[in-house]
Amino acid sequence: MNLARAELRRLVKRRVTRWLLLLVVAVLGLLVVSEWSSSEKLDEAALRSAQVQAQRDYEQARRDYDLFLPEQIAECERAQRAGGPGAEGWPADCQEVAAWGPRPEDFRAEFYLPRTFEFRWRFEEMATPFAWLLAMFAFFVAASYVGAEWRSGGMANLLLWRPRRAGVLGTKLAALMVGLTAAVVGLSALWTAALWWVAVNRGITSTMTPDAWRSFGLTGLRVLALVLVAGVVGFAVASLGRHTAAALGTAIAAFVVGVGGVSALVYSVGVRFPDRWLWPMYMQAWLERSVELFDFRAGCPASGPCEPETYVITWQMAGLGMAGLVVLLVGAAMWHMRSRDVT
Amino acid sequence: MDAVVEIRGLRKAYRTWRGGRRQALDGFDMEVAPGQVHGFLGPNGSGKTTTLRALLGLVAANAGRMRLFGREVPAALPEVAGQVGAIVESPQFFGNFSARETLTLLATAGGVARTRVDEVLELVGLRERARERVKSYSLGMKQRLAVASALLKRPRLLILDEPANGLDPAGIREMRDLMRGLAAQGTTVLLSSHILSEVQQICDTVTIISLGRRVVTGPVAEVLAAHATGDVLVRLESPADHDTAARVLREAGATVTVRDDHLLVHRPERAAWVTRTLARRDLYVAELSPVGVDLESVFLELTGTTPVAGRPRQVDESVAVDTTAGTEVAR
Repeated sequence: MNLARAELRRLVKRRVTRWLLLLVVAVLGLLVVSEWSSSEKLDEAALRSAQVQAQRDYEQARRDYDLFLPEQIAECERAQRAGGPGAEGWPADCQEVAAWGPRPEDFRAEFYLPRTFEFRWRFEEMATPFAWLLAMFAFFVAASYVGAEWRSGGMANLLLWRPRRAGVLGTKLAALMVGLTAAVVGLSALWTAALWWVAVNRGITSTMTPDAWRSFGLTGLRVLALVLVAGVVGFAVASLGRHTAAALGTAIAAFVVGVGGVSALVYSVGVRFPDRWLWPMYMQAWLERSVELFDFRAGCPASGPCEPETYVITWQMAGLGMAGLVVLLVGAAMWHMRSRDVT
Repeated sequence: MDAVVEIRGLRKAYRTWRGGRRQALDGFDMEVAPGQVHGFLGPNGSGKTTTLRALLGLVAANAGRMRLFGREVPAALPEVAGQVGAIVESPQFFGNFSARETLTLLATAGGVARTRVDEVLELVGLRERARERVKSYSLGMKQRLAVASALLKRPRLLILDEPANGLDPAGIREMRDLMRGLAAQGTTVLLSSHILSEVQQICDTVTIISLGRRVVTGPVAEVLAAHATGDVLVRLESPADHDTAARVLREAGATVTVRDDHLLVHRPERAAWVTRTLARRDLYVAELSPVGVDLESVFLELTGTTPVAGRPRQVDESVAVDTTAGTEVAR
């Protein structure tokens, strides 16, 4: 317990932790400001203005169409008289061409409303960038937390006090998880409050239902899980390499090789659903519950609708992959910690 | 009384990048009795730090037995670690934390009262600089901090690897007094150092290691006595008489070496015999003194690391001890 308390203190006192946390808050703040400045509250005046604008545009479009209507009708009649393939596509009664013009329902007032922040949909959409940002924060904080300890010799120092190596690494990991959970919970609360405030002042909150809140809660849990997994991966890789740079190098390799390289390979080989081999798709599936991939190469049938084949990546598949990765990396880090000399 | 530190037949080999093995410890033995300040000496690469790291559970030995306070380590390390304060090799700390933060975190992790942090900061002379970042510290200050961290848990055994490294002369003296004071209070100190004059002053006993094997061990006085030459340095009133004096002494049966400004008489029966023999031939002695032996000369002799002018010595060039025959073999 003493060690856990000391480790938690050390994590919080580290400058990297504080600066990165500040950076995350700043980026989230920018996103909130951007949403605020690009949204407007829908009041009666805005609605009336939209209705007026819609009506005005409809009338203008109608006038424009009516100018060309006699010409259209004449062309239709010429085609009917000539018969043959040229008549196809024209109505039997050429006066019906008048009905082809703009209709009032094509100029609905809602199309003219200013952008507003509808909390229910926008919050869900913004969960993905929020989760990625926090996952990156967790990865770097975790990697630096244990990597700097190895590099500075602090780990060897600590082992002179606490010789049970697996216990030391496990406690460090546990302290990190507690710290990250606290950060995610705190930042999520701030994020939700900030977006709710934007919605109240510059948008709509009335579409929220208990089911929507439940769904947000589940999304929040998935974000937390993703952030913790990112933290575990950063921690375990830096532990294995005994240096922060090991984790940073692995992260770069994951993007360059794991996304760029694999993508080039699977697309050049021509496998079906090539995106299923890219790990970010699984992260997306985890956050959005599922991702549907399409295969258009099969071609469309001669008749009937063109329906491409699909492949669905579910959050369960992604969860299984993440759990496997965590078990593998933590197991390797523990084994490495116990068996390798501290020189 | 049981030894505080007991090492028997310790072996450790490191794998090299090319798949080979480098034998760092080759059946090393050491024993440190309670309440003693024990010097642990050896040339660079002789296995001192590996021994200390193995004792503290940082590296795994390939064979051999180690005991701390009578308990087998590394198995019993979790039980005895609270009684052992150690610094191994150069002091390493997280640069962005202050000395106080560093020690407070260690104290928290080890369940030591925070008041002890101030005590050890005072003890090592860092009280006034305790709030500064460690990265702004000089090597000597970091060394003091390392000693403070080792003292934090009021250890019964203090293991110090090069504690005087980077310290100024006053710091070295303070460190010496500190170790003496701790030993007087019953703390056993195992001190690895290359400052042999310090070791000679501070230590009660000493172990010298070379190429992973023990060369010699015992009380410092006994080790020095065993290697005392008994030679006598002689100076005459006129250096021009040195050659004549050497001839006279040789005729009387002595072994003599003529140096630039003095004679070296090898193990005369008595010093007075030299004076008397020379006086009979009207050669008068201006200075006659026994050639002293110090730990440095014993160390250089035993480890075979005496510098030879114009021939740089390589790191692993030292004496390998043939433990089966009990003799030393020059390498």
